Amino acid sequence: MDGSIMPTRMLLDIEDLTVRFVTREATVHAVNGVNLQVQAGEVLCILGESGSGKSVTLRALMRLLPAGRTRIEGRITLDGQDVLSLDRKRLQAMRGGLVSMIFQEPMTALDPVYTVGAQIIETVRQHRGGSQRDARARALELFELVKIPSPERRLDAYPHELSGGLRQRAMIAMALSCAPKLLLADEPTTALDATVQIQVLILLRRLQREMGMGTIFVTHDLGVASEIADRIAVMYAGRIVEEGPVADILNNPKHPYTQGLMASTVHAQDRQADIAAIPGSPPDLRRLPAGCSFRPRCAAALAACRERVPTPVFPAANHMARCFRVAAEMGEGA
Amino acid sequence: MLVLILRRLAYAAPIALGVSLVCFSLVYLAPGDPLQAVMPADVTPDMVEMIRHEYGFDKPIPVQYALWLWRAVQGDFGLSIGSRRPVIVDVLGSLQNTLLLTSFAVPIAFVIGYTLGAIAGCFPGRWLDRTVTGFAVMGVSVPNYWLGIVMVIAFAVELSWLPATGMGPRGSDAFSIFSLGDLRYLVMPVFTLSMVPVGIIARSTRAAVAEIRGQDFVITLRAKGLSETAVIRHVLKNALPQVLAVMGLQFGYLMGGSILIETVFTWPGSGFLLAKAIINRDIPVLQGAILLLSLVFVATNLVVDLLQSAIDPRIRRA
Ligand SMILES: Nc1ncnc2c1ncn2[C@@H]1O[C@H](COP(=O)(O)OP(=O)(O)O)[C@@H](O)[C@H]1O
Ligand SMILES: [Mg+2]
Repeated sequence: MDGSIMPTRMLLDIEDLTVRFVTREATVHAVNGVNLQVQAGEVLCILGESGSGKSVTLRALMRLLPAGRTRIEGRITLDGQDVLSLDRKRLQAMRGGLVSMIFQEPMTALDPVYTVGAQIIETVRQHRGGSQRDARARALELFELVKIPSPERRLDAYPHELSGGLRQRAMIAMALSCAPKLLLADEPTTALDATVQIQVLILLRRLQREMGMGTIFVTHDLGVASEIADRIAVMYAGRIVEEGPVADILNNPKHPYTQGLMASTVHAQDRQADIAAIPGSPPDLRRLPAGCSFRPRCAAALAACRERVPTPVFPAANHMARCFRVAAEMGEGA
Repeated sequence: MLVLILRRLAYAAPIALGVSLVCFSLVYLAPGDPLQAVMPADVTPDMVEMIRHEYGFDKPIPVQYALWLWRAVQGDFGLSIGSRRPVIVDVLGSLQNTLLLTSFAVPIAFVIGYTLGAIAGCFPGRWLDRTVTGFAVMGVSVPNYWLGIVMVIAFAVELSWLPATGMGPRGSDAFSIFSLGDLRYLVMPVFTLSMVPVGIIARSTRAAVAEIRGQDFVITLRAKGLSETAVIRHVLKNALPQVLAVMGLQFGYLMGGSILIETVFTWPGSGFLLAKAIINRDIPVLQGAILLLSLVFVATNLVVDLLQSAIDPRIRRA
């Protein structure tokens, strides 16, 4: 990213996405007006504490949330298609074909009573038709692509017979089986051992570049985000509070929440030692406070933060923050 | 697979042995002298001694057990006190008659119960689920002998569509499942007998399906673009091992026979045999019947086990 706005058409455009879970007891405001864009070939990292609505956002854009109690508003445009109004046939063609998802826990995300090979073959045939034999050849190719050793034999293994790292590689192979334009990775390395985590991350990065997939990579780990992202969007209580090119966000975080996240991850000697982890805990999504959701935990809060949700301001090109403090500082600077 | 079979057989052996021990002890557990039934009323003490010796009751109990077991393994349980025929003949005959009912009732119950349960599990809380669940509860709680009688009145007496009772004009020995005429005698008892298993299998399928539909991998299946039908196929295969276990239990349970249904339909099965043996204090028949039924149970479990591990390879390791 060089900071200029690229003229390419957006691969994914999420406008003002709101997701609520309505039950008799309460309404959970999981996502509250998210705007995100991903270009072809770009890696966007969504960074945020657990419970901030990252997974819900991803699932909403594949329409995987339980139909009955989920209320989705806004607009999701993926490769020119209006996702929220797709009929069943088109939706099925989109899932796994145009966009696929890698999940956090490869153990529970794969069907335990089918071999991993069978699960990939099924996906390939669902989208591309063709014979069992051709689909198996494709599955073998994919296993080689994701560097699974003795791939022929591993195709006939059941998920529980593989190690965590191999399972996640199989999951990746399945997600890539129909060459999606957009890959959604929901904390794909969180459940893995540290060394395996890095291998899988490197693999994903390589495949993403080779195949030129747009990618949304969800993580709560700043280190992981800095490895893989082109852009970072920081999510808090169902809102994107800051977004920008990876270098900008890492070197020059503006939002107090992002600054707090950095402080709690980055080594003390690299930063001022007196910045502590963010005190307090995320808000109850059933009863969001008025104004900025981060205000109760924010040391830099202003009077306005209590009243209104901050509108986006741009302290640098392509660098967005939703914060009255940032807006005020920009005003002083001008 | 062969290793698995051998291992499961090895597990089954001590169970079978334990059951045989219980069967053997029936002689001593039952109140009264075991020889009383075979002794004439005016027996002399000398003769008692002689008979005791003849039957081996004067030997130490472990020796008696070994001898009994040795004969039992060869199919010799002695003579029935009631019928004076070899126990094995009576027991095998009635087990076979019951097996005839069970081997129709259980697969039918499985197909119906699994289908209903799957439908209910896919729409938990909706009217379809409530209807199926209500039907299942009814199947389990309506007394099946009552249902049997109602059916006899309706289909045999009033409509004359089906024969009321028995196993056909040629009797139980000549019954053939390849004869349509004979099969007609199966319809009502099989239907009546399958009501409870239908209910039980439907309920456990519903529970399994509803639970599995909530698991993570189902989201993966949808995320890769499978149709809802294909997703349900996956869910059903995952639910199958649990349901097979329930079905195995029902099979074993039905093999014990139902005295009430067998009475309603005059079906000479194992329920009949057991009830008669208990009333007559026919210990040899009880021993033989219980031992064979237990073996049926053990064998059923073995088959269920193997089926389960063929479907879900994680079970193999347990
Ligand atoms: N199906 C659901 N029904 C009700 N609440 C949900 C559902 N899925 C997620 N939530 C809630 O939405 C919030 C955001 O969850 P999630 O997106 O999974 O967070 P994360 O950022 O850790 O991925 C959480 O409070 C979670 O409890
Ligand atoms: Mg999550």
